[in-house]
Amino acid sequence: MAGRWVNDVAIRLTDVTKTFDGSSGAAVDQLSLDIEDGSIMALLGPSGCGKTTTLRMINRLIEPTSGRIEINGVDVMSRSPQELRRGIGYVIQQVGLFPHRTIRGNIATVPDMLGWDKGRVNDRVEELTTLVGLDHELLDRYPDELSGGQQQRVGVARALAADPPVLLMDEPFGAVDPIVRTRLQDELLDLQTKVRKTIVLVTHDVDEALRLADRIALMNVGGVVEQLATPDELMRSPANEFVERFVGDDRGLRRLALNMVGNLPFHQGPIVAHTAHLSEIEQVLAIESSDWLGVTNGERFAGWVTADEARATMATGGTLDDLEPRPPVAHVEPSDTLRAAMELIMVSNSSVAVIDDGGRFGGVVTLEDIRRSLAATGS
Amino acid sequence: MSPAGLVAEATNPIIRWEWVVEESDQIRAAIVEHLTLTVLALALGIVVSAILTALILRFRWMSTPITATTSLIYTLPSVALFALLAPVFGNLSRWTAVLPLAAYTLLILVTNTVAGFLSIPQPVRDAADGMGMSPIRRVWTVELPLAVPYMMTGIRIAAVSTVGLVTVAAIIGQGGLGRLIFSGLRRAFWTPMTVGASLSILLALTIDAVLLLIAAWLTPWQRRKRTPES
Repeated sequence: MAGRWVNDVAIRLTDVTKTFDGSSGAAVDQLSLDIEDGSIMALLGPSGCGKTTTLRMINRLIEPTSGRIEINGVDVMSRSPQELRRGIGYVIQQVGLFPHRTIRGNIATVPDMLGWDKGRVNDRVEELTTLVGLDHELLDRYPDELSGGQQQRVGVARALAADPPVLLMDEPFGAVDPIVRTRLQDELLDLQTKVRKTIVLVTHDVDEALRLADRIALMNVGGVVEQLATPDELMRSPANEFVERFVGDDRGLRRLALNMVGNLPFHQGPIVAHTAHLSEIEQVLAIESSDWLGVTNGERFAGWVTADEARATMATGGTLDDLEPRPPVAHVEPSDTLRAAMELIMVSNSSVAVIDDGGRFGGVVTLEDIRRSLAATGS
Repeated sequence: MSPAGLVAEATNPIIRWEWVVEESDQIRAAIVEHLTLTVLALALGIVVSAILTALILRFRWMSTPITATTSLIYTLPSVALFALLAPVFGNLSRWTAVLPLAAYTLLILVTNTVAGFLSIPQPVRDAADGMGMSPIRRVWTVELPLAVPYMMTGIRIAAVSTVGLVTVAAIIGQGGLGRLIFSGLRRAFWTPMTVGASLSILLALTIDAVLLLIAAWLTPWQRRKRTPES
């Protein structure tokens, strides 16, 4: 199964098994997994599926019973645990900041251990603070003075401090409220475009795995992988009943969260320029079978007018410019998900959302467009 | 009316300031002795309790015997313990007083120090390990500082109770300010008793205040807790 990624595998697990003392069954059973360099791999599954055990074997917080784990071709068992861990970022759900050290001291933990000189440590701390979006004023505070979201950012900065190629994250956003969680997830994706780490993410949250991961290993109790796939594959063609049940009945809806508005084929919609003539207007209205008409002015979307208003104006010799187009109630950006677009359309009680591509008109999205996109990729 | 002169009729005032001035050297010596006994007992108690705590944290099964023993010591009447040790070390040896005083601190110090280490959240340990700290480094740079607030609480309680117990050591000829108290009582001359008693109270309060300041200075993160916005 490794073949495709063989040249840029960052982490490779081969037949890894872990049986805890006094336990009859294996926590992780004959697990083999290749994790591509610079990608995010989610270990997803219910509690007891061995996902955290798997993660903790990578930095040797747990020693495998048998099998082999390599990071960039080097067997982790061949290095001392301390040396190994200083080269791997580690983020946990409860953050685990050191309460007696300032934020600066926390972020500097690994560089200090590696013996960096003061100036270099300081520069790195400042750099990371900016990178994770923390206020520099917080650096001399203590962890208890920060909110959960801020603490989690510090946790990520601390893990990245010595610029490790690999980042292990164990339910990193599990302890913050849903709004902060979404923001932190966005920030992680944004961060990942800048730092390109190989990230192994443990989560039991399907949506989190779908949002963040390049590939998902869906694990079942007993430490076996039920399916290893990209988020879209996992949603589109679940390998078995377990996968189907785990990802839930709303697979279609979840897939909407994976696709961006910008990926839809361009749809002009019932749109005319503000200088359009009646014949042109009638033609557009007929093709789109619409009672509404969008008016553009240059690259900008000016707003909506009703078909009747347009005809009435034209009949009295006026132009569309004489009407005052209503501003659109629903508009989305190309980077928004189809799910967000659908929600917006529903909530705004209209049938269409206008795509605003940095101030320019970028077409429209209708519910029909969204439905078609699911069908198209869902072979 | 009064039994055998131990508490004679008081025909003297509670305090006679001329005596205080005349005997200022004796008073000063008593304070120094009191302080010395307290500090020695506390220092010895801290060293022994550190070892006992390390044993408990390393081998959990040792918790029961150590707690049982230190609790037993704590229940012994102090007068009895001083009296029993006097023939062993001799009446005039300082250790006759220091050893039992130190023994009394053990229960408080061990209990608080163990509680301090057990209070450290598992994720903090986990993070320390995950960052690549060696166990020794983790104990010294993470766990010990985090246990300090609990340890200081134990030391404060132990210090205050030791200041009190030192006065009792006067029955074996030690005891700093306790000797003033006892001699005053014996002679039904209130001044030394008043001086000894009030100074020992003052000493207890002062030591407690000093330790409180030290604790605050050692644990700056404890002072600045607030609930921030997200």
